[in-house]
Order: sequence, then structure tokens, then C-alpha cells
Amino acid sequence: MSMLRLAADARHRVELSVNGTARSGLAEPRMLLCDFLRHELQTYGVHVGCEHGVCGACTVLVEGRAMRSCTQYAVQADGMHITTVEGLAEPGTLNALQQAFTRHHALQCGFCTPGILLSATHFLKERPRPQEAEVRDMLSGHICRCTGYAAIVAAILDAASVMNHGAG
Amino acid sequence: MAPVAGGGYFCKEGETVKPVAFEYCRPETIAEAAGVLAQFREEAAVLAGGMTLGPMLNLRITRPRVVIDVTRIRGLDSIDVRGGTVATGATLVQADALESYVLRREVPLLALALPWVGHFQTRNRGTLGGSVAHADPSAEIPLCLVVTDGAVVLRSKRRERRVPAREFFLGALTTARRPDELLVAIEWRRAAPDAGYAFEEIAQRHGDFAIAAAACQVRLDGDGRIAVLALGLGGAEDHPVAVETKAFVGRVADEGTAAALAEHAVQSVVAMEDHVADAEFRLALSRELIRRVLPRAVADARLRKERLQ
Repeated sequence: MSMLRLAADARHRVELSVNGTARSGLAEPRMLLCDFLRHELQTYGVHVGCEHGVCGACTVLVEGRAMRSCTQYAVQADGMHITTVEGLAEPGTLNALQQAFTRHHALQCGFCTPGILLSATHFLKERPRPQEAEVRDMLSGHICRCTGYAAIVAAILDAASVMNHGAG
Repeated sequence: MAPVAGGGYFCKEGETVKPVAFEYCRPETIAEAAGVLAQFREEAAVLAGGMTLGPMLNLRITRPRVVIDVTRIRGLDSIDVRGGTVATGATLVQADALESYVLRREVPLLALALPWVGHFQTRNRGTLGGSVAHADPSAEIPLCLVVTDGAVVLRSKRRERRVPAREFFLGALTTARRPDELLVAIEWRRAAPDAGYAFEEIAQRHGDFAIAAAACQVRLDGDGRIAVLALGLGGAEDHPVAVETKAFVGRVADEGTAAALAEHAVQSVVAMEDHVADAEFRLALSRELIRRVLPRAVADARLRKERLQ
């Protein structure tokens, strides 16, 4: 049997794919995935808020699914495909969802925005024609202290409609 | 920013943040996991989705020497229908359970409760087994398991044993699991085709821990009277409780019965108090939730009965 055992006080090689590119870095077993993505791989679009799974700022896609990166550890993500906000569009451009956020003023300070964009990306893939209540339910996993959420809901609904009509 | 060798990874040397240093084990089989548990016992923590353990580690509420990541054990996320039960593997992810046609059909109460479990982003990672193993007093999945009279399957290096859910949850974050045991599966009773279900809860924010939750299962006889009734409360006591309901069998399932059931239930529990709600408030919410879930479960049972005819 080949059970993996990683010593507590050493740093271990973690190899994964971030936004389609093979990356690698070193992590102690206790290193949070969000800290690994920021400090080892310089994907600073991963924001770290509460660090205990409540605020949603650190949300990334792991194997296409939106989830917290503060309640998992870098060593767990070995071999996984991760998408961060940097991977949503080519540098200097915005995708349809990001453009909708701009149109609707769906961000102010922007701290919660990357996490919400990634949640919405996964959510819209599962629910291309969402009801407003479903969008609000999905957003309950994020805390935004600027917008009051109304503009974010409008942006996501608008993005869904744009994406469904082939524009953007 | 260069990490500091041997110390915290982005703070100055000597300062520490986030979890204590732990050894990480990633078994590929149940036997390997049980072997590590047998060796480290109380000093080991089993990690699945990390939706409960992650925060506990980050806040240093728990300080294990070894973390056993069970998410890559093959086959531990299965859904198996065997005779009268459906067994869900410990690492079955909540979002996958919600999408499962088999579970929606065979365990309707779980399907009703899952949308209340955390958020979209936490259900994508959190597991059924993790929720049951951690036994938060207000957690929805343990409550469903208690109401439907399911069981928990535990495996140690030496043997496997089944513990009925009503004997498994002992208190807040306390279960009958022994330190060398791994929760490997949850066994749900397959729902009777004419059984009706309802689930309701009240939380400060949807997806947060419930202040109070109620789950109900009911079957009606030919005259529309209660034939089988199960009622459970979450968030009232320090573990999910199944309310004794024998006295209500044979009664007409009307508003008066719902009110009497609510009164009976709140008198049978000793409500806990914490920073979110005092005992009186928890009982008031529980009373209201019971008044809602009984008629809903009855309506569901009537609908299912009609469809069968």
C-alpha cells in the first residue's frame, strides 16, 4: 500500500493546475490552499477574509466546483485543477459575467468580488436560466459589505441572459 | 514574499498563525485509515470536506497531531440500495447527494433538508459523513437521520459495528464513535411510498447554523388519521432529538393536533441556551416550526397516497 504521509514540520512539493497552467510550490501540511495560491503561486485574486469558511472571499473553483479555499489545505489540492479570478478572462479583458458586474456597479471595494465571480461561474453553468431567488440563495454563501447585494443579483441575472443570447 | 523555512509560512519566525502543525496522511483504503486511527486515536482528526474541521483547525479549537484525509479513499462516496436501506458512503458530497435521483426517491426527507445545509459553496465540498461525525446540535443531516431512524456504520482496525442514530448523537460535537473508529457509511431506511415529509428551520442567515429546526415523517391510514408519526427537533437540545409521538397515532391530522403536538414536544425537551438564543426563544421557535411541519408532511403524505391509487 502506498499511503501518503507528510511530516508536520517540513514543506512538501504540491503540483497542480491553476487556470490551465501547471504550477508547483512548497507547503507545510497546515498551509491553507488560499495562502498557497497567494503566497506561493502569486494568484493574489484569491482574497482571504474570515479564514473559517463564512465570508466566501476565498472561493475558487476546484475541479470546476465553487468552494472555499480557506477550509482546505494545499496538500489536499495536489493534482487538482484550480480556477481563480485571473483565469476567467484573458489579461486586460473581461468576460460576460465581469462585464455585467461593471454595468450594474456590482462592486465597490471589490474585496468579495473574485469569490462571487467564481461562485456565479459555477452556478450559471448548472443553472443557465436562474430565478432571482436561486441567485440570492447562491449568494447567501458570500458576504459583501458595500453593495447591499441588489446590484450583484441584477448583474448575475443580466449575465445569464447575455450568455443565453450568445452575446458578450 | 519568501516563506520562512521551518517556521510559519508567511509570518515572522516565532510567530504562529492558523492551524497547529500536523502530519498529513492520505490513505487510499479504509484499512489504511483505520490503521492510522488505531495508532493515534484521540490525537488524530479525520478530514473529509473540512467544512467543520477546517474552521476548527484554523481557530485551533482542535490541535491534532495527525490529520487523516479520507477524501481519496476509493468507493467511500457511493450510494447503495440494499434491501430496505440506502447506504451513503462517508465522503459523499452534499451537492452530489442533492443531485441524486436515488436519494430523492428513497430518502425524501434528506432531499428536503439538504438545501438548508450550509451554502452552495459549502455543499460543493462538505460531506454527509462529516456532518454526522461532527454532530453539531443544529445540523440538519443528523436530525434527518434521527427522525427516519437510520444508523451509522463505524469501522475500526478490528471490526465493523452499526450504531442506531438515536444512540449515536450524545451531545454537542459528541458521538458514540470510539477514537479508533472511522465513520464509513450512513444507513437510511428507504421511505414508504405513502410517507409524507417536511423540514423547516430558522437561522439568522439562510445556510447558517439553525437556531431551531424541525423534521417530520407521517403516514396516514385509510380514514386520513395518523398511522405512523416521527418528529425531530434540532437546535433545541445539545443533540438532535426524536420526540415520543405514540399518543398522536390514530388522531386526525388537523390544526388542533399540530398545536397539541407542538405543546407536547416543547414540554419534552430541555432547551439549551447560548449566545444566539435563550431556551425560551428556542422553544418558541420549535413550537412554531412543529405547527408548520406536521400539516406540510400530512399534505405530502396525502399527495403521495393519491399518486399511488
